[in-house]
Amino acid sequence: MIKFLVYVAIILTVLAIGYLVRVFELASALKGKKQEEVTDGDNRFMSKVMLTYLVVFFSFVIWVLWEFGPKLLPESASEHGIFLDKLFDFNMAIIWIVFVLTHTLLFYFSYKYYGRKNNTATYLPHNNTLEMIWTVIPAIVLAIIVIYGIKSWNKITADADPKTTIIEIYAKQFDWTARYAGKDNVLGASNYKLITSTNDLGMDTTSKEGFDDIIVKNEFHIPVNKEVEFKFRSRDVIHSAYFPHFRAQMNCVPGMTTMFHFTPIITTAEMRKKPKVVELMRGINQIRADRGDKPEEFNYILLCNKICGKSHFNMQMTIVVDTQEDYEKWLATKKPFLSKALIGSETPVIKTKEQLTEKK
Amino acid sequence: MSMDNLAHSNEHHTHDEHHHEEHHHEESFVSKYIFSMDHKTISRQFLITAVIMAVFAMLMSVLFRLQLAWPGEKFAIINALLGDKWGKDGILDPEMYMALVTIHGTIMVFMVLTGGLSGTFSNLLIPYQIGARDMASGFLNMLSYWFFFLSSIIMLSSFFIETGPASGGWTVYPPLSALPQAMDGSKLGMTFWLISMTFFIVSSLLGGLNYIVTILNLRTKGMSMTRLPLTIWAFLITAILGVLSFPVLLSAALLLIFDRSFGTSFYLSDIYIGGQALEQTGGSPILYQHLFWFLGHPEVYIIILPALGITSEIISVNSRKPIFGYRAMIGSLMAIGFLSFIVWGHHMFITGMNPFLGSVFVFTTLLIAIPSAVKAFNYITTLWKGNIRFTPAMLFAIGLVSTFISGGLTGIILADSTLDIQVHDTYFVVAHFHIVMGVSAILGMLAGVYHWFPKMFLRHMNKKLGYVHFWLTFISAYGVFFPMHFLGLAGVPRRYYTNSAFPMFDNLVELNVLITCFALLGAFAQIIFLFNFFYSMFRGPKSVQNPWNANTLEWTTPMAHTHGNWPGALPVVHRWPYDYSKPGKERDFVPQTIPLAEGEEDGGGH
Repeated sequence: MIKFLVYVAIILTVLAIGYLVRVFELASALKGKKQEEVTDGDNRFMSKVMLTYLVVFFSFVIWVLWEFGPKLLPESASEHGIFLDKLFDFNMAIIWIVFVLTHTLLFYFSYKYYGRKNNTATYLPHNNTLEMIWTVIPAIVLAIIVIYGIKSWNKITADADPKTTIIEIYAKQFDWTARYAGKDNVLGASNYKLITSTNDLGMDTTSKEGFDDIIVKNEFHIPVNKEVEFKFRSRDVIHSAYFPHFRAQMNCVPGMTTMFHFTPIITTAEMRKKPKVVELMRGINQIRADRGDKPEEFNYILLCNKICGKSHFNMQMTIVVDTQEDYEKWLATKKPFLSKALIGSETPVIKTKEQLTEKK
Repeated sequence: MSMDNLAHSNEHHTHDEHHHEEHHHEESFVSKYIFSMDHKTISRQFLITAVIMAVFAMLMSVLFRLQLAWPGEKFAIINALLGDKWGKDGILDPEMYMALVTIHGTIMVFMVLTGGLSGTFSNLLIPYQIGARDMASGFLNMLSYWFFFLSSIIMLSSFFIETGPASGGWTVYPPLSALPQAMDGSKLGMTFWLISMTFFIVSSLLGGLNYIVTILNLRTKGMSMTRLPLTIWAFLITAILGVLSFPVLLSAALLLIFDRSFGTSFYLSDIYIGGQALEQTGGSPILYQHLFWFLGHPEVYIIILPALGITSEIISVNSRKPIFGYRAMIGSLMAIGFLSFIVWGHHMFITGMNPFLGSVFVFTTLLIAIPSAVKAFNYITTLWKGNIRFTPAMLFAIGLVSTFISGGLTGIILADSTLDIQVHDTYFVVAHFHIVMGVSAILGMLAGVYHWFPKMFLRHMNKKLGYVHFWLTFISAYGVFFPMHFLGLAGVPRRYYTNSAFPMFDNLVELNVLITCFALLGAFAQIIFLFNFFYSMFRGPKSVQNPWNANTLEWTTPMAHTHGNWPGALPVVHRWPYDYSKPGKERDFVPQTIPLAEGEEDGGGH
């Protein structure tokens, strides 16, 4: 019954609009004016709307900055993130200047030069000087942006120190696994054909380098002020390992290993005390309390940033940045995955190196 | 009456041999309105199909915006439209969410802004503005539309299969899209997607080749390349981009079809999924991305260039001023077109591609900013000291300049590989490309619809509804996409069904509500447009021959849909199309058909 009434209401509304338009048409036909013609009055009115829009738009922009600016990510927790943020601010400054300038001109000109019947536009087909100016100036500015950007890029993507701690991040639908290379700092061999329910990463039980490898889920720890090299792999589809607080990201591509290295500079405990983070978490926990959720503490998060299937939105792992001491303590509590009990009990086990190398 | 006028005109043997017999017989309803080979009818077919597809795509965006703003809330409309399978109790299913996002993107990018925009305006304006009777091949042109129609139908029909439509994002990266085990959308839905896109590519190639040949060969007497309106230049470059890049997409799709159905491993290697290790090894998913973006990047220019061309024309006509820097505008179109082929890698900075290659792409990508800046400044200068007439089309054109600038500027962030590390695949990207190519191209398309509606349907659209439509659309577009940048800067990834799995995003809920409210306002504004569009088609006030006092040739045709466009001889062109407010002239416009006065210089020839 209610549905029926809704349909009736919709039909009546459409009819009413139709009639209103018809009445409007007849009325303007009676007055003998062509409604489609743009009059000086229309132009004057629209020019004022243009100017109003400029003001309202800029106010909106400022309001959004004011309201949501403080809710963005806290300061970078990695070394390279600091200069990445600086580069961002530099580019952003240029963008804001051009944005404000061009929009002011665009809407101000639209306001100022509205059409009047007895007015004539200025015939100005081109002007080489002007055109030269706005080709050369952007070219120079962009050259600076390019050079600054590529310099930073080269710095970030330069090879890691060979002694850097190696951690493998292994992605699958829909979780992450971290594998520590252990004392020898070399990851043991693995093969996707060896994957079983107990051997999630397909570790080769004959690869000596892998005997000391430690595998963790849900949460992994890294030491502060020490470079870490991440090696990314994926089991099924493309995932992307995104560490927003560290300004780091790399895709995990099945069939190949990708890499990214960075140095964390703020421990989780220190970050939780930063005024901005305290403020952020206060706001978040306020919202959570209103919803009836339990409060949360700040955590560094690894999340998936490449569409990977149904639960793409909930593929996460907590990262804890520890002091060196705490990190070592934590690592000592973890046992290598291939403990004696497991070696030999796993099936299928590829015995010879030859069979393994066949794969690549 | 149209047929008779044309049938025995003497002139039509001189310029248009391609156009013989068909005027001599009466056309049936089918050949006139359905399988028509007339560029005007085909253009209207493209437009109406695109409008309908846009309605579907917009509706999809409303559904997923509801989910994003109020995750877990029940909406009767979701249940009503998607049923119990995908909208149980009015809550959107996560896989359906992905499917909606995917098909929204695909329809908007391909069906609306490529097929709809180029198909409508290239078909309408190329013969009209170059002074030709029709396209070089009316038959291929007709096929182009019907392949497009077929492709649209297949795309929509994938909503009616059990496992749902493709849902791996509009870029359909394998292995996700290649493996039916990976998600439901990669089952039959993905096959539908690939078939639909194959037909779309055929349509696009048939259309594109036709546009190029027509522009190069069928220009009327006096219509040199430097007297072409900028619309035609834009359509020409667009068509060339399409012809060069769409075949690459076809090859990408073909290899994907092989991987999906015939057990090859072009894109697959070392995969364990669904409790099983796959045999395929040696392929690379990155290969697909290279192939896809080799089309994908030119594609965004295929979308935006026609809109820029339309804007150039409309801004000039309504400022009553020549477009500033006509030659620079052509040069920048060419530069953008050329550069668009060597920047695709900027979509792949963090795929594990060699970092050195990344820096090359940074350089080429940022180069595009130069011709784009030239265009923006030229538009603004065209307004300067103009005598601006605010038709609805003009408002949309000005809106385009604004969104083209603000969207282009954030591109500077994304083109910088270093910064891309942080914002790649976040909402910052979504905001960027929606403003710069989505909103801009839609504003350009709507500008074109308002401006050439009198040519297409011989009537005017309602001006006041047009004003309301523009302001609501423009305000809601910025209302949606400006705050969206902040989601990205807060680290929110795109294509998340809900952000509630992460406490760190809890304080951004309000932002999502704000965005959805503007999205709903935007959707409402389009209802006004739809009403105005369909109502005016039949009941709008009749237009005069040259309602905007414009110079280009289409306004010299009679106010009837004459087969062959001009009843008598083809017009002869004597000047460039931008002689507005030229000093010493009686009126503030001088149509291209008026001969140069003695000693008068042609504007385009500087």
